[in-house]
Amino acid sequence: MSKIKQKDLILYSGLIIFGLAAPYLFSAFKVQLTYLCVLIVLAMTWNLQGGEMGYNTFGNILFYGLGMYLTASVQVGMFFPLAEWTESGGEKTFVHTTAQYFQGIGVGLLVSAIVPAVVAGAIGYAILGLRGHYFAICTLGLGIAAGEIAGGIEIIGAGQGFTTPPFPAEIVDTEARGKFFYFLSFALLISTFVFVKYIYGSRFKLILNAIRDNEDKAEAMGIQTMKYKITGWMCSAFFCGLAGGIMGGLIGYIDSTDVAFDGREMGVFMVLMAILGGKGTLWGPVIGATLFHLFKEGLWTLILGWQYVALGVLIVVIVIYFPEGLMGWLREKYPERFGEVIDEKDRKAQVELK
Amino acid sequence: MDFLIFKAPMLMVQASLDGILLGILFALIAYGMALQWGVMNIINIAQGDLVILGGYIAYTMYLVGIHPAWGVIVSPIIMYFVGVLLYKLVINKVVDRDLFISILATFGIAIVFQQLMNFIFGADVVVAQSEYGTTMLFDNSVTLPNSKIFSACISVLYAVALVIYMKKSRLGRAIRATAQNARAAKILGVDTEKVYAATFGINAALCGIAGALISITLTLHPYVGLPYTVRSFMIVIVAGLGNLPAVALSGMGLGLFEEFADYILGTEFRIGAVFMLLVFILVYRRFKLSKKREYLK
Repeated sequence: MSKIKQKDLILYSGLIIFGLAAPYLFSAFKVQLTYLCVLIVLAMTWNLQGGEMGYNTFGNILFYGLGMYLTASVQVGMFFPLAEWTESGGEKTFVHTTAQYFQGIGVGLLVSAIVPAVVAGAIGYAILGLRGHYFAICTLGLGIAAGEIAGGIEIIGAGQGFTTPPFPAEIVDTEARGKFFYFLSFALLISTFVFVKYIYGSRFKLILNAIRDNEDKAEAMGIQTMKYKITGWMCSAFFCGLAGGIMGGLIGYIDSTDVAFDGREMGVFMVLMAILGGKGTLWGPVIGATLFHLFKEGLWTLILGWQYVALGVLIVVIVIYFPEGLMGWLREKYPERFGEVIDEKDRKAQVELK
Repeated sequence: MDFLIFKAPMLMVQASLDGILLGILFALIAYGMALQWGVMNIINIAQGDLVILGGYIAYTMYLVGIHPAWGVIVSPIIMYFVGVLLYKLVINKVVDRDLFISILATFGIAIVFQQLMNFIFGADVVVAQSEYGTTMLFDNSVTLPNSKIFSACISVLYAVALVIYMKKSRLGRAIRATAQNARAAKILGVDTEKVYAATFGINAALCGIAGALISITLTLHPYVGLPYTVRSFMIVIVAGLGNLPAVALSGMGLGLFEEFADYILGTEFRIGAVFMLLVFILVYRRFKLSKKREYLK
């Protein structure tokens, strides 16, 4: 047992050291690395929802977009009138000082973590009562409706978008902005991973799995499923909001349907990444997100213009041929590595039955 | 309330007529969705994109110089084969699987369709001019484009034809038998694989008709497919599977809701209102159903 633990320790410390050194080693790819961290966070939180709880959602983009708008709004609204900022060219008249910028983004991220979680709790009772595909379609509608509605609200820039505060000009180091956002997202990634790993060792995960496997039976066993479903969704929303807040600052510009409530890209990406890596596993989403990001960045420029066609085909292929994902495939192939014992007689009997 | 629509009763008449005519068109798309949902148990997110593709077929005819109204005959024929091809390539692999798999797979198809249409037809909003003129009612205070009346008539015509076909023809009977019990139908000699392909083809053909009508009454754009999917999904949930009068009625209801939302909330919130209505309907349905599950409490 202790041997495995030691192995884990080496793995984790190696990854952390790599993560800390990455912006210096690959300093040209800082933005890409930041993206990767955020994508992993989104995939992991989606996995908590879709993989563990069995509630396949397209709606986590709602919390992501909400977090994005909230961080930017708080960051601006703390020091300047928000309405004047979002008017065309308003961001040029007001300038954040260094202290204001960091104060703003700190408070903004705090708000963008708490409010989406509260929203998830508030709508959870109504939405999480839906089952299966009704839940999927409902959350899809929710995400798109949020985008359409945000595109009509004047104070956050409506259709013309919202420019987030630029990085303070007083900091001369040109690398500082990239490093700041990278370490912010890396910290988020680590805290998400620790949190999800903690859940994986807890009773909570077993309850979520019970809900996934048979909700009625779980209820009959005396589990208050609704309570746990809402808690699970709130956890997802918390980290999605933070990820959105960081992304908003990194991109520097928020559009209602193309950046924030981007159901067509980000909303599908998170589902795809989790499925690619393997639903319901700790490492699946991490591997899936990394592979997906590599694939995306590697191929996107080669097949310029055709990337969405490739994305659509990729979705179809993954969903039809690898619904269990990479980890599921590995598990099938090397079950001993996953600590599963196979009764050879039983397996043969099952094959014969088929 | 100082909304314009409540001050001018004629605007109300206008919105109601527009909504009902539009709703009939939605009902046609929803009928296709109900058909494939009932028979094959899949939810097709690409439904709206099939509609838009059908519209672009009519639009291409318009560009070539043929009157776009002929699209209501040409478009379903082409779309039938597109549907069958799509079934052979992808859909046959998701029929017996989890519904979420079909949702995601058709989501992927929808993205491919959108992008291909974007390449071929460009990202501009287009409309095929039917030049049918307009009808003025009530002292010229209500204007009704004749193309809308035409589209409603064609929709009703096709829907009635399809109902008769489903009742009388051999294939129609096979489709209904498969919907009731696929396994039993198979035992009795129905080639369910063929029935599924035909069902998906008929659904695509219905989308083609609706698309051709949309190309002359509304506007086309490669990325507006999803609202049509959601509308048809909503209508099917409210009306239930295989209940045609209810589909027609709830289609009209949705059309009315949209037109009034357009006037009251403003055009920028129109699509948002449709998606919010979907959420409300699902949540309402959930609370209504949970009353029946008393052991939950």
